[in-house]
Amino acid sequence: MSSKGRRLARHDWGRLLLSWFAMPMAALAALLIGAVMLWALGANPITGYRALGDGAFGSVNALTNTAIKAVPLVLVGVGICIAFRANVLNIGGEGQLVMGGLASTATALAVPGVPRPLLIPLVLLAGLAGGAIWGAIPGALKAYFNVNEILSTIMLNIVAVQVMNYLLSGPLIDKTFSGFSAIPQTKRLAPNADLPILVGNTKLHAGILVALLAAAVVYVLLWRTGLGFRLRAVGLSREASSYAGMPVKRTITLALTLSGAMAGLAGAVLVFGSASHRMVTDGTATGFTGSAGFNGIVAALFGGLHPLWTILSSFIFGGLLVGGNAVQRAVQVPSSLIVALNGLVVVFVVSIEYVRRRNRNRPLSFGMPQPVQEPSGTPEEVEL
Amino acid sequence: MNRKLLRTTSLVALVAVAALIGAACSNKKTPTTATSGATTGAATTPAEPFKVAIVAPSAPNDLAFTQSMVDAVNRLKDQYNLDIAVSDSLFVVEDAAAAIRDYASKGYDLVIAHGSQFGGSVQEIAADFPDVSFAWGTAGDTFRLPNVFAYQAASDQGGYVMGQMAAALSQSGVIGMVGPIEVGDAKLYVDGFKNGAVAEKSTVDVRVNYTGSFSDVALASEAAKSFVDAGADVMTGSAQMVVGAVGVAKENNVAWFGTQSNQTSLAPEVVVASQVYHWEVVLSQIIDAIKAGTLGGQTYNIDLANGGEVIEFNADYALSDEVKAIGDAAVQGIKDGTIDTGASA
Amino acid sequence: MSKFLTISVLTATAASGIRLAAPFLLASLGETMGQRSGVLNLGVEGVMLLGAFGSYYTVLQTGDLWLAAIVGVAIGAIMGLITAVVSVTLKAEQGISGIGVFLFGLGMSDLLYQKLVGTPRPVAQLPAVNIPFLADIPGFGKMLFRQSLLVYLAILLVPALAFVLNRTTYGTKIKAVGENPAAADSLGVSVNRIRYSTVVLGNALAGLAGATLAMELGIFQQNLTQGAGFIAVALVYFGAWRPWGVLAGSLLYGLVAAIVLQWKTLGIIPLSASDLAATAPALITIVALVVVARRFRQPAALAKAYERGA
Repeated sequence: MSSKGRRLARHDWGRLLLSWFAMPMAALAALLIGAVMLWALGANPITGYRALGDGAFGSVNALTNTAIKAVPLVLVGVGICIAFRANVLNIGGEGQLVMGGLASTATALAVPGVPRPLLIPLVLLAGLAGGAIWGAIPGALKAYFNVNEILSTIMLNIVAVQVMNYLLSGPLIDKTFSGFSAIPQTKRLAPNADLPILVGNTKLHAGILVALLAAAVVYVLLWRTGLGFRLRAVGLSREASSYAGMPVKRTITLALTLSGAMAGLAGAVLVFGSASHRMVTDGTATGFTGSAGFNGIVAALFGGLHPLWTILSSFIFGGLLVGGNAVQRAVQVPSSLIVALNGLVVVFVVSIEYVRRRNRNRPLSFGMPQPVQEPSGTPEEVEL
Repeated sequence: MNRKLLRTTSLVALVAVAALIGAACSNKKTPTTATSGATTGAATTPAEPFKVAIVAPSAPNDLAFTQSMVDAVNRLKDQYNLDIAVSDSLFVVEDAAAAIRDYASKGYDLVIAHGSQFGGSVQEIAADFPDVSFAWGTAGDTFRLPNVFAYQAASDQGGYVMGQMAAALSQSGVIGMVGPIEVGDAKLYVDGFKNGAVAEKSTVDVRVNYTGSFSDVALASEAAKSFVDAGADVMTGSAQMVVGAVGVAKENNVAWFGTQSNQTSLAPEVVVASQVYHWEVVLSQIIDAIKAGTLGGQTYNIDLANGGEVIEFNADYALSDEVKAIGDAAVQGIKDGTIDTGASA
Repeated sequence: MSKFLTISVLTATAASGIRLAAPFLLASLGETMGQRSGVLNLGVEGVMLLGAFGSYYTVLQTGDLWLAAIVGVAIGAIMGLITAVVSVTLKAEQGISGIGVFLFGLGMSDLLYQKLVGTPRPVAQLPAVNIPFLADIPGFGKMLFRQSLLVYLAILLVPALAFVLNRTTYGTKIKAVGENPAAADSLGVSVNRIRYSTVVLGNALAGLAGATLAMELGIFQQNLTQGAGFIAVALVYFGAWRPWGVLAGSLLYGLVAAIVLQWKTLGIIPLSASDLAATAPALITIVALVVVARRFRQPAALAKAYERGA
């Protein structure tokens, strides 16, 4: 008789209901604080939040915007699922997005005449490759040189941004904009590389399919392949995996490489699915990525590091981002309020996990592997 | 499995709540009043408000690109009875496009897409809203659409003028320029300034430092300090991070020339002059055109000649008459066309 | 290059490097304390921004630099308390909560700035304090002994925190809690209380770091810190969770950035290479860590919430 059965029996409906609604409740609590802030700024919170719902989900146009916003979140997010489950904290999403974008852009600029059915997969692959390289570097550094990946990925973010600045304001710049109007952006890339629109009149592009496909692939990878098993095993215990004969170093490198590849793919989709069909920046990573590198981490963790749930959490988070802009427009508050509000929602939702966890016995949170306690030093250090 | 079920249901619940809100709202259509420039041009403050929306890529108080436009629109507020909406910090094209489309659908008379990267979006959205006028800058292309205006600026002109004055003013012969990234407006300004300085005094040593960021104030500050150590007694710079450099100029009593906005308030003791962008010079032409029934098809420039760029001197700075005369002569020369700033696209 | 290799330019560059390093150092030291006890805080950037704005606004309104520094610390401490509640008591996933704090700090600091200040208004900058006698040592003196008080404080904190970590009971408890909270708990150490204290202290230092930056520059702007908080977190790993190591990392990063700026001014780095040169501090930090590849292990309980009996 499974322990599961016993646990279920112990719950009463009140607690169960509480944990079901915990996350939405937390989000609403954060939005309530946001309402107070809106009111303090002289804006009507009701108008504001109506705009939030409207702008995120209230029309076909809104849903399209939300879906498009969610695409890079899903892609980065499923990459994070791979990395974080292998206990490799990839904070380099931004840099990997940039490198993927650059690689795919360069490809489109190099061979613009290639017929469409070939060019699109080509640029997407280039994006994958660019991101993969930018993930492989910190991966190898961690595996073979014990360089902490948080350090190397953060540093490589900085490097990626400057490489982008150099390329987009130099060799790859759009020369038709002159003087004052020249900003770091490429020319309009080959139309053959445009991601096709899926639904007639909308802007919904094939990036959605790419994202969904990627999520499915990563799901299969993590739970139905040997590599996936090794990734998860290494995440739970490096020592045990090593003892069991798994190639730990290679697995760790692969974890970051694959994670980077996903982010790189997101970068390619950002460029070729975008309305402008160019790569552009304002000198920072955010100008190109819209913070998808960080938001993807949030989406993945809220999805329990499960690729399929990440789709849902990305969609919701995307709605928050798109809806937030609509709030700004509707009540004319500074956009920074919306940024702060997003932060509040994240903090509140992540905090409510405690309430949910009280209804269970397991301390696991959001799918983050809680590695087996490694022996920590010589016996003398722990006095009994 | 239990945990999964819980998570499933909470997420589903969240979506359900959101969908409910969305559904409840989607029935409420915000009234789309199409007040598209039907009022013919009135010289006095018109009774009916003219709705203007600005979609901009950076902060409205950055003392740079975005602020120059926001300030310009505000300067016209009373004259045209403007109803102004601003959506700032929308560098990412998708977000800006959503904003532009939203404002257009809400019956704004003029939507200003203040960013060179918004061109593709403007082209697409303008076609969907033929009764709304769009102004796109900085750029020179209206896509041959009847409801798109374009505007740009010749920032090298003011740069040249101030470069001349800087070279004349400098006693050490060393001038420092702090720039962000060598592209666009910054490059145009820097090149213009440098050419002006060298044209005035060929031996002047103009040092240029592109820090690599538009917004890193600390780097700008240290770059300025390195100029001061190198003996610079006149400095200038471009982009919102110059506030760091101005602070250093103030500390070391180094003369400062500003661009994009009037920077006198930052350091009244050392700011000599600023090239201020008065976009309202072209904006008023645009608004007048809209009211007369023309919604687009024209490109506008701001430069020294039409007063779109103005060298605003700091009244509290004791500028010698000779140096000011050099500046005035340069302004006149550029207006006449006798001086070529040499800063190319 | 010969223009660079003069005493005056070298010392000016070094002084600049130390100035650039100070905010990284303070924030990184704070993060070290937190991480040593097992709490990962990715929200340092947000706390720095809030501390920066708070101290800037204080100087703007009162002109009192001391008060401003205290305000920075206080704001940091309050954010630390919130972070501690979320990470330690509520045992939330520390990676995400940090990003949430970052977003909140980024948005809130800018919002307050736009509403309370509006346009950039410069204030008095931190004055450099010459240490008598030492400041007059040619070359060396100008570099080390003519910095602001907060820079001296940051440097002095290094041996102070090293002492606390290695030679006090409190330090031992911190390390124990970070390595094996269950064992520490069974020995009567209050895991939560230790973690609360380090997180509050760590965030207070982050707030001070932001204050140092704002007061050094005498201005506030949207996103003033430009990712310094994340770099500070990265430097903790460079320093192998040891204050002296963190000092080395911060100085390395700051000095390389200063050298790059100086070389750009001197024309040693051509304009076309401006952007690529800006990658130097990041690249060199990675390379340095690879070269000095040490086998220090991270605190075993880092980023894992502790629940008695779990």
